[in-house]
Amino acid sequence: MERFITEANLQQFAATLAGKKHVLAPVASGGTTCFRRLVPGMRLDFSRMAVISPKDATFPRNETLLLVQRYVEESGKKLELKEQLPEGECIVIGSRPCGARGKLIFDPVYETEAIKDPYYLRRRDNTLFITLSCDRPESTCFCHSVGSNPADGTGSDVLLTAVEGGFFARAITPKGEELLADALFEEAGTRAEEAAAKQTKARELMGQAHDFSSAAAKLLERFDDMGFWQAQSNKCISCGACTYMCPTCYCFNITDDEAGLVSRRLRSWDNCMSHTFTLEGSGHNPRGTKAHRLKNRVGHKFSYYPDLHASQIACCGCGRCIKQCPAGVDIRQVVMAAQEYVDER
Amino acid sequence: MSQLEELKAAIRGHLDSLDCVIGWEQGYDPLHATPLFIRNESDLERLSISPLAVHNPATYATGFAGKKIGMVVRGCHSRSIIELLNEKLIERENVVLFGLCCDGVVSQRKIRTALPADPGFVEAVEIGDDALHITLAGEKTTIKLQDVLADKCRICAYPDPLLADVLIGNKHDSRPEETLACQEAFEAKPNAEKFTFWQDTMSRCIRCYACRNVCPMCVCQDYCIAASRDPLWMSQENSPAENFMFQMIHVSHLTGRCTECGECERACPVDIPLMLLRRYMNKQVQEVFGHQAGTSLDKTPPLLTFQVEEARIKERDW
Ligand code: SF4
Ligand code: SF4
Ligand code: SF4
Ligand code: SF4
Repeated sequence: MERFITEANLQQFAATLAGKKHVLAPVASGGTTCFRRLVPGMRLDFSRMAVISPKDATFPRNETLLLVQRYVEESGKKLELKEQLPEGECIVIGSRPCGARGKLIFDPVYETEAIKDPYYLRRRDNTLFITLSCDRPESTCFCHSVGSNPADGTGSDVLLTAVEGGFFARAITPKGEELLADALFEEAGTRAEEAAAKQTKARELMGQAHDFSSAAAKLLERFDDMGFWQAQSNKCISCGACTYMCPTCYCFNITDDEAGLVSRRLRSWDNCMSHTFTLEGSGHNPRGTKAHRLKNRVGHKFSYYPDLHASQIACCGCGRCIKQCPAGVDIRQVVMAAQEYVDER
Repeated sequence: MSQLEELKAAIRGHLDSLDCVIGWEQGYDPLHATPLFIRNESDLERLSISPLAVHNPATYATGFAGKKIGMVVRGCHSRSIIELLNEKLIERENVVLFGLCCDGVVSQRKIRTALPADPGFVEAVEIGDDALHITLAGEKTTIKLQDVLADKCRICAYPDPLLADVLIGNKHDSRPEETLACQEAFEAKPNAEKFTFWQDTMSRCIRCYACRNVCPMCVCQDYCIAASRDPLWMSQENSPAENFMFQMIHVSHLTGRCTECGECERACPVDIPLMLLRRYMNKQVQEVFGHQAGTSLDKTPPLLTFQVEEARIKERDW
């Protein structure tokens, strides 16, 4: 199904939807653009890619897994556990193809024969993505090098492309078709061609893709070369900016918040760049330095994950980790350094 | 000889005796610099000291414990080094300081606001004496450096390194202590308004701790109370209150130690104006203890020591 919508009507469509459902959309505030829950008075900002990915929709930075209530009665102590499964539908409007596609990396991990993560699965199944294709790549974009492109609809329900006066909208899933049935969407007319031309132009602007196919093996070759990893991680400050910005990073922490007789089991984002991530109870830390940790982050995305999951690189090329890194660590450079490594000994 | 060449010559003379010299080079695009760890001549060739070179090399100083390193430092960076020395976190004989008399660095946030489109679309940058000429998505834009200078640089009282082994550039005339209009305007707001502001702003915080890890004075980050489980000082809940609580911890642990380098605010990926909190605390420290971190050697931060009678705290007159 193909439709057209003016920008004003898209804002209106989002606002109406937000009255009924949980809508996450890029909103500008405080000089930056982040995905926020849309509430009356907010406008969508399509002018730039949101700083943080839309991962929050399917994998929130923080969620309560269960509530524990303790009772102390004359007859003895009692314990009540309440599972807190997420309710309701969420609609992400204005994600970019990379951000919408990033969540697909979660599936082989959170939905296996042995393990099914009910929280993630519920959210994933109840979240729709209305994605905006990109008309110009940023200096940090490399989706075309990891099997995607600036008009990739994989992982989305609707794909929008900016055309004269508004957006050309293409439904990708049946749920997407339902969304486009709204009266604010008009006949697409000849706009499909205009959109196709825009998409081709954007792809051309990206230039030649880099070939990462040797990365998995080459990174493994450098596994024990800590000198290499020390040099690569010199400037890294071991913060969590890269992982928390990343649409594909899926690691979490679980803590219990106790308050008297009530406690909450929380799941929150965690990241492999932090010292405490692998700190063991004994005090031993198998990834005690930032060199070990950067090796893991890059190795996991470009080598270990693809080895386990049908050669799929666990990076969608959004460039957020590069753009937001306070030290300017560039994951592309690190992988290429391993690919191009020549032993000079 | 240009300042850059002068600096390169000075570094070249020391390279053999140092593990590395920390400076800057061009980063992932022409608008961004990144820290450079110089170990040989080809690294040295890439050195850049343009106003885009913002990172505080002192952030990395404690990571090289026991090794001898060099650092290219601007005025504010030298204050961080002095504070690290004063707290005995690094040793003087282990650092060689290449000081730059500094005319200020940019704020990427201000550049982003000044540009007609996202800086991600940058194609080329030409750095003039007082302006940046940026080609963005095919269009050329000129921004005056004055307009995008980092806040700390606009009120910097110490543009020339207060400690250096080699000094490059021309010293500035002494500058008066100044305050920032945006700081004063914020502080003058009623509490209810400040509360609403932080509620909203802190909802963006993702607790990535970039602000903590980039801080040259935050040296116990691997054992931070924000991540301790036993005792569980802080909830991992990502709410404005908890996120703000972390900033209160950071700012109080930095009392009398913060050198106002601005790195915490610069590092924050979601642009939280953390310096509003840091500057406020520093002002209190100056009023109560007459102390300004990192401005003179051999001074202990007031909360790391104890005076029976504090000169400015009139306990007995109450
Ligand atoms: S790569 Fe950058 S963002 Fe990631 S931990 Fe290191 S310094 Fe932080
Ligand atoms: S690793 Fe970096 S570029 Fe790749 S998906 Fe994550 S944030 Fe984006
Ligand atoms: S850098 Fe910003 S987002 Fe990260 S913890 Fe600090 S204030 Fe929060
Ligand atoms: S708190 Fe911020 S301004 Fe103060 S020393 Fe640390 S990074 Fe610099």
